[in-house]
Amino acid sequence: MTQTSKSQRPQNLWARLRDSRTSVSLLLLAIAAATPLAAPALGQSFYVDVIARIMIWAIAATSLNLILGYGGMVSFGHAVYLGIGAYAMGIMATEGITNGFIQWPLALLLCGFFALIFGAISLRTKGVYFIMITLAFGQMLFFLGISVERYGSDDGLLIFTRSEFDLGFAELDLSNGTTLYYVIWASLIGCIYLSHRIVNSRFGMVLRGAMSNETRMQAIGVPTYRYRLAAFVIAGMMAGLAGLLSANFERFISPDMMNWPRSGELIVMIVLGGMGTLFGPVLGSVAFLMLSELLSTWTEKWHLIFGPFLILVVLFARGGLAGMLERLNPRSDP
Amino acid sequence: MTEPLLAIRALSKSFGGIAAADNIELDILPGEIHAVIGPNGAGKTTLINLLSGLLPADAGTVHFNGVNITKSSAPARCRRGLARSFQITSIFRDVSALDNVALAIQAAAGHSFRLWRPARTDPALRDPAFALLEQVGLANRANIRAGNLAHGEQRQLEIAMVLATGPKLLLLDEPMAGMGTEESERLITFLAGLKAKYTMLLIEHDMDAVFALADRITVLVYGRVIATGTPSEIRANTDVRRAYLGEDEAVA
Repeated sequence: MTQTSKSQRPQNLWARLRDSRTSVSLLLLAIAAATPLAAPALGQSFYVDVIARIMIWAIAATSLNLILGYGGMVSFGHAVYLGIGAYAMGIMATEGITNGFIQWPLALLLCGFFALIFGAISLRTKGVYFIMITLAFGQMLFFLGISVERYGSDDGLLIFTRSEFDLGFAELDLSNGTTLYYVIWASLIGCIYLSHRIVNSRFGMVLRGAMSNETRMQAIGVPTYRYRLAAFVIAGMMAGLAGLLSANFERFISPDMMNWPRSGELIVMIVLGGMGTLFGPVLGSVAFLMLSELLSTWTEKWHLIFGPFLILVVLFARGGLAGMLERLNPRSDP
Repeated sequence: MTEPLLAIRALSKSFGGIAAADNIELDILPGEIHAVIGPNGAGKTTLINLLSGLLPADAGTVHFNGVNITKSSAPARCRRGLARSFQITSIFRDVSALDNVALAIQAAAGHSFRLWRPARTDPALRDPAFALLEQVGLANRANIRAGNLAHGEQRQLEIAMVLATGPKLLLLDEPMAGMGTEESERLITFLAGLKAKYTMLLIEHDMDAVFALADRITVLVYGRVIATGTPSEIRANTDVRRAYLGEDEAVA
């Protein structure tokens, strides 16, 4: 140790790009940006939809990573916020409200509200109880979804009109698939950037500190519950955005999107990609969805291959894919 | 007579019928170093847990600076100026020593609902944190991951964190535990130097440290206070000698 610096030196762009996690992730985002232009030219238009879906899941995984990876809150009902976001949009569309300026803020507020209620209760518990309560809340809404006939019950709900963002003089036309694609792309980048700011802020330091040593956090005078709850609400709203995007993209929603296996898949994506890393959820959702797509064309029982693969990753690649990439980094010490 | 900084009245706590704190009455006066000694299982750590708010009391009251804090949460007590260290070092192991202290500075600086600006480059947190590391002698270890510090260094780090919260009263639970002789001596000197600024309640097994530092000593046996007094009074107290120090030798 020859020198000490009081603050971590802000890294320049070049130094950041030398981090293979960042460079690989930025490359993936660049490929995603180019896909709508390149794929049709290569006669592979199919991939545009695949990548759009991956990006939507990556947003949801990024939101879960905020509370799971940086806050230690293993929510096993996180997909419910996707469902709330999507259903809020679907219900409004069914009832004739297609204005996105009404749909989106209302849907996000609703997600925040539900996350506030669910979080306020479940965050009073710890460990396996927290997992069980979040799971129970998720399943509660799942069963509500399958029981309300007006909104499709378990058959799901078709959405005939995508959200309309029309200012009169300018319009964001989501009925244009390419426009929607880039809205999804920009949303993903926005969510990653927001996460980056949050986890490195004072708020983020408290969140991480409470995960690493709750008692110490209390003993230095921080009432951790309210910070956890705030993070839980932010994550719920971010997942709600993914739900809104999904509803617009698929123009179909079903209760299944908030069923517990979806929540489990979100956790798998984060573990696979690297918990508590900025790009881990992106890497994880790419790997998970690509792999399941690939394996399921091969065999119907693709879980038989995917399961052992996941176990190997957890056992041997600590820190998931992001951790593996980090180990590829050149030693930066001069 | 001076108002006590901390006034403990009839404080009791039992675990399944075993009294860990039995009707404890104790005044900590401003500016003093008050040592609490007693054999293993006497309830010393329970007392600190009760005072810092990590355990709820069954009965009794605690007043700090004239305010009844018996029902206050641990974070609320810390913000009033009651800061503690742990017998088993309690730090954030995954981040640097400087990050640890900066977090404690941040906690003392008010709420942390600041979600945008990076905290790790904020001089309002880093500069005072670094100054505290210098004070405890860890300046050249500031950027080392806290979990990789030597045991004694981790103890020092925890004290820096305690000081970072801006305390009036330090509750130190065996700060010398697991330290070598030389480290212990340095810590004794350091704590003696803090005396002018802070009041301290010190739990310690190391009798050299206790008699070197303490203005007054309280002896706890089976959750009960059997004596409180100056070091020489405690040395001379026959009950204490019988119960704790050993009958035939005064001080080891």
